Amino acid sequence: MSPDILNTIEVILNGLMTGVMYSLVALGFVLIFKASGIFNYAQGVFCLFAALTLVGFQTGQIPFAHVINVVFGSNIHHWGEGLHTVLAIILTIAVMIGLAWLVERYLLRHMVNQAPIILFMATIGLAYFMEGLGDLMWGANIKTLNVGLPSGASFWWEDVTREWAEPGTRYLGMYIDVLDVWAAGIALALVVALTIFSQYTKTGRALRAVADDHQAALSVGISLRGIWVIVWSIAGIVALVAGIMWGSKSGVQFSLSLIALKALPVLILGGFTSIPGAIIGGLVIGVGEKLFEFSIGPLVGGATENWFAYVLALLFLMFRPQGLFGDKIIERV
Amino acid sequence: MLETPQQGDVILSVEDVSLSFGGVKALNSVTFDIRKGEIRAIIGPNGAGKSSMLNVINGFYHPQHGTITYKGKTRSQMRPHEAASQGIARTFQNIALFKGMTTLDNIMTGRNLKMKTNMFWQALYMGPAKREEMQNREAVEHIIDFLDIQAIRKKPVGKLPYGLQKRVELGRALAAEPDLLLLDEPMAGMNSEEKEDMSRFIIDVNTEFGTTIVLIEHDMSVVMDISDRVVVLDYGKQLADGLPNEIRANQEVIDAYLGISHD
Repeated sequence: MSPDILNTIEVILNGLMTGVMYSLVALGFVLIFKASGIFNYAQGVFCLFAALTLVGFQTGQIPFAHVINVVFGSNIHHWGEGLHTVLAIILTIAVMIGLAWLVERYLLRHMVNQAPIILFMATIGLAYFMEGLGDLMWGANIKTLNVGLPSGASFWWEDVTREWAEPGTRYLGMYIDVLDVWAAGIALALVVALTIFSQYTKTGRALRAVADDHQAALSVGISLRGIWVIVWSIAGIVALVAGIMWGSKSGVQFSLSLIALKALPVLILGGFTSIPGAIIGGLVIGVGEKLFEFSIGPLVGGATENWFAYVLALLFLMFRPQGLFGDKIIERV
Repeated sequence: MLETPQQGDVILSVEDVSLSFGGVKALNSVTFDIRKGEIRAIIGPNGAGKSSMLNVINGFYHPQHGTITYKGKTRSQMRPHEAASQGIARTFQNIALFKGMTTLDNIMTGRNLKMKTNMFWQALYMGPAKREEMQNREAVEHIIDFLDIQAIRKKPVGKLPYGLQKRVELGRALAAEPDLLLLDEPMAGMNSEEKEDMSRFIIDVNTEFGTTIVLIEHDMSVVMDISDRVVVLDYGKQLADGLPNEIRANQEVIDAYLGISHD
């Protein structure tokens, strides 16, 4: 194969890996939107908060240490030894479930039957609150997150692909980050697990039922509030996984919450109500922006990754507003 | 504790129930009872408050006035979850199925309250959760046989013809093994053959399982054929209550249906 083709393949592969990460963030949005009709603006901040909490547990930080120090004039910051990663992850999951419960109890419960825009505003408020809470609990400094996943270039893959090039060309092999491969694998496992859960268990069925028709769900004795807590918990866990992946890649810092913005075009492509849509939408955007940058980028001065996804979303809004897989919008006149 | 009513005892009664939305009185001091094992019809012209009555019984609407006594416990309002967990199941006037789900899954949701394993086992899908899933699947297959809808078990219900959707909805309500079944216009929009089928199912449910049934229906001949007692509503007010024969002969009811002006 010629180096050009190999380079293109490399770009596509890396695009797929990035795409999976986009899908993971978008998945959190879809889960909540399907079950409660709320566009949860705070999903990105959930990723940040989950990652902060995980790092906090891992390194044995004392939550609210800064506040305590200011109030009591003390000087505390760490418990000493940090927790084992597995234990830290389990504790973080518990925190995310607790958070879901609090959101239902103090936010959603008072908002039942409000217009979607009101609910959306409430999640904007929630996003800023969570952002502040995260800072207050764990501090605003940039942290590194390492959960023991391997990272760095795969030399094995470089060696394998170097052989594919035509003899005589100076091709150095494909670059692929092992962390990206792990992230993709974990994201896929998560999606498969969620699908099985929603297809074959009572709670999964109840989730789908609530997504379909609130009133009918009530009539068979499904508790809407219980389902909301479960959905927000699952979205919290998905946020944790996304937070771990993005956090391991680029550090745990405020900008982590901005990946939610990249999820928007993914959702417009995939449709707000479709889980397969979120995944394929993520992959299309991931591959699309990398390929575009690779082929057209040099002609327009690069940095197309910053806007490509949004322009694609705009085109979709004009020609297919329900997305690739979303429920068809039929308005009765 | 709740009593277990015997055949012929009153299982549910509403006393002086009034419900209004803003200035509109949907129900105005309605009082009647339902006895265990009977088929009780609620009839009346459009906008008479029939559906509102069902919504009060299963807790979707909360009346401003009056009481509801179910299985010996008197309260001023029901709640949907409470109603479902104490044996009240229902169907809706404008079919409220889970359209994206299959017939089988729809009816399985009716077993929701029969399944008790916790999230942990469900998440692993093993042990008790799997066993429970199997047992409930079996109960659902019985219902599918009973309603003669084997052919559409795996079809998404949104794509089914109207008559079959109504039947699936009945199946979902039956899956809960209810003591009291509320049917909101189970035969609306059906042709006469489908109506006959549905009447037969309703009578079978009543006689075979001893389920008490409250039925809203427009087709007078069907109502008179299958119900034991009939209550008539008109503009939220109770016009009459009695045996089908008495209702048929009641002048006020005839007037209400023929639209004679009350002056």
